[in-house]
Amino acid sequence: MTTPTPSDTPEPKWGMVIDQDLCTGCQACVTACAMENNLSFVGEEDAGYGRGMHWIRVERFWTGVFPTVYTSFQPVLCQQCGHAPCEPVCPVFASVHSESEQINVQVYNRCVGTRYCANNCPYQAREFNWRDYPRPDPLSNQLNPDVTVRRRGVMEKCTFCVQRIRRVEDQAHSENRAVRDGEVQPACAQACPAHAITFGLLEDPDSQVSIKARNSRGTLLLGELGTLPRVTYLKGGATHGSNG
Amino acid sequence: MAVTAKSLLRPRAHTEEEEDPTEHLLLDPRPRGEMNAMVMESMHTTSWKFWIVTMVLALIVAVCLFGAWGYMIANGLGVAGVTKPEYWGIFLVNTVFWIGISHAGTFVSALLRVLKVEFRRPFTRAAELMTTFGLVQAGLSIFMHLGRVWLSYWLFPYPNERGLWPNFHSPLMWDFMAINTYLLASTMYLFMPLIPDLAMARDRSTGWRKVFYRILSLGFRGTEGEWTHLKTAMNIFAFAILPVMFSVHTIVAWDFAMATRPGWSSTVFGPYFVVGALHSGLAAVVVVLFIISTTMKNMKYFIRPEHFDGIGKLMLMITMTWGYFFFNDYIVEWYGGESISRTLQKFLETGPLAWMWITMLVLNFVIPLAVLWNRRWRRTPWVMFGLGILINIGMWFERYIIIPDALTINRMPFTWRVYIPHVEIPLTIGTFALFILLYMLASRLIPLVPVWEVQEGQMAHTLRKFGKAKVATKAEIE
Repeated sequence: MTTPTPSDTPEPKWGMVIDQDLCTGCQACVTACAMENNLSFVGEEDAGYGRGMHWIRVERFWTGVFPTVYTSFQPVLCQQCGHAPCEPVCPVFASVHSESEQINVQVYNRCVGTRYCANNCPYQAREFNWRDYPRPDPLSNQLNPDVTVRRRGVMEKCTFCVQRIRRVEDQAHSENRAVRDGEVQPACAQACPAHAITFGLLEDPDSQVSIKARNSRGTLLLGELGTLPRVTYLKGGATHGSNG
Repeated sequence: MAVTAKSLLRPRAHTEEEEDPTEHLLLDPRPRGEMNAMVMESMHTTSWKFWIVTMVLALIVAVCLFGAWGYMIANGLGVAGVTKPEYWGIFLVNTVFWIGISHAGTFVSALLRVLKVEFRRPFTRAAELMTTFGLVQAGLSIFMHLGRVWLSYWLFPYPNERGLWPNFHSPLMWDFMAINTYLLASTMYLFMPLIPDLAMARDRSTGWRKVFYRILSLGFRGTEGEWTHLKTAMNIFAFAILPVMFSVHTIVAWDFAMATRPGWSSTVFGPYFVVGALHSGLAAVVVVLFIISTTMKNMKYFIRPEHFDGIGKLMLMITMTWGYFFFNDYIVEWYGGESISRTLQKFLETGPLAWMWITMLVLNFVIPLAVLWNRRWRRTPWVMFGLGILINIGMWFERYIIIPDALTINRMPFTWRVYIPHVEIPLTIGTFALFILLYMLASRLIPLVPVWEVQEGQMAHTLRKFGKAKVATKAEIE
């Protein structure tokens, strides 16, 4: 059994860039993610108590005093940290590092629900299945067969749509070629009407995501904690036109 | 006219100065047969009130603990109040609280035994029982906390065909190991000094009790060889269990201190938690001693004001140490000036639970410091009982502030939310009821006073006459 601690200099592989100037806060990514990844619908009461299941959430911030009020949006998802605080604290190896994809993965079947990982996640990117939530009839027909359905008592989180990554990788492998830039699209990036989310290989310096990540507006969310996040945010502030 | 010199000071009451030496248990000996009979009698006497209380507690345990827990297992943790971002709620508050309670048993018994503090003799057993039963509640609370408790055996390093071991990087794993070690060690440590008393009870009982004591006393007859072995084993255990005791609560503190949460990642948490545990634990010992000395027969003879006095002095020291560590933890966070830490401190002090923060300081520091310096209050059992209750409330508040209250604030302001407990409340009541129930039943099954230890002390201490003065003398027996 290898330890879950990544090596000291983990090489990033997959990465994402989110342009906060382009984000309109439309929540299309939230919806698409819920459809793709079989997220539970927790109902009004639990959602009101902060138990809404979202692997990606759009944080909305108001600045200024009326009438000069500006909104800014910050979509937050699992940052797939290179040094993930969630990984070493799991007592049963349910929160582990995928060496091949360089992302953090949650082994649902192994999780016993101590919720230590979620406590230790500085991004609050993890969601816990507080109950078994019902799927009324038409919803039960839209489950994605590529993604596990989780039961009550386990933790879950964004996987960078690993099922899509694996499908493209398998396809490329069978065609004996490398994965093309832009070929893998997680559900959130695919759904974003403003093209605010870019996904791709960070290990390829010429990929769209690498080029954008080098942008001078690029910042890492809570980068000072040393978690080595794989998601780069391009700062907002109306540099590309107003989003107020 | 003669001038009479008059002291400006108030004349001191000499009656209080010159205490009666027979106030001390060890200088007020009774024949061995009589003392044995007293302990046996206290164990056999049960009034109808005892059984009513037992029945009510059993009912509370059945409904509030097992009923509510079953309901929670069947429906998921959603029926509790834990939510994002307070993933840890009252269950872990109770865990830390009960581990704290369990600390006093070992502290009182092992440390005072190692240091040969004489006033410990009549109440070591009462304290050790608290350790074991407190740990039972702590363990139950951890299991309540798990999302899938039916898989909790995965925390054990058991051999399996997947070759999977638990993750020894996780502080939770250390915690699990530490609590298991402590539970095993403290149970053995409870059992060993119990053997001579069980043998005493075996020789003085009939029927099922005789069978029960015969099995448990392991054929102890009191030969010199048996005593030597027992004393050696107890000595080894008393020394070995002390580091275990300190490590357990340090490791519990590491569950928090190792995390990246603001307010948690503090290097002082280890000793701070140990002192907090001793604070609540000693207070709990006082509460238990008061209850058994007032409700159980013949216990007034064994539990005397001098014992409350002795524990009171320890509590005073622990109160000041706790205050020091609290201040240390606070000032370092504050001086560090990280904006999230400041925000958190401001939230704790002025947020919706500010009353709890202030009450904690008053109950844990101000009131004990105001009461415990006074010898007369220390020697008044009901004052100490009240103080013990207050300190325990304060320490429970402290853990509540550290866990769910501090979890409200994290580095993503969008997710801040205040925790509202639901099914945690009956479950908390249930663990308290189970603790009292176990203790009550045990008090009628095993001798709550270590008779041999008291008798040994009484043999070593005698009042001797030197001229007209009576002097308390001590002989070294060991």
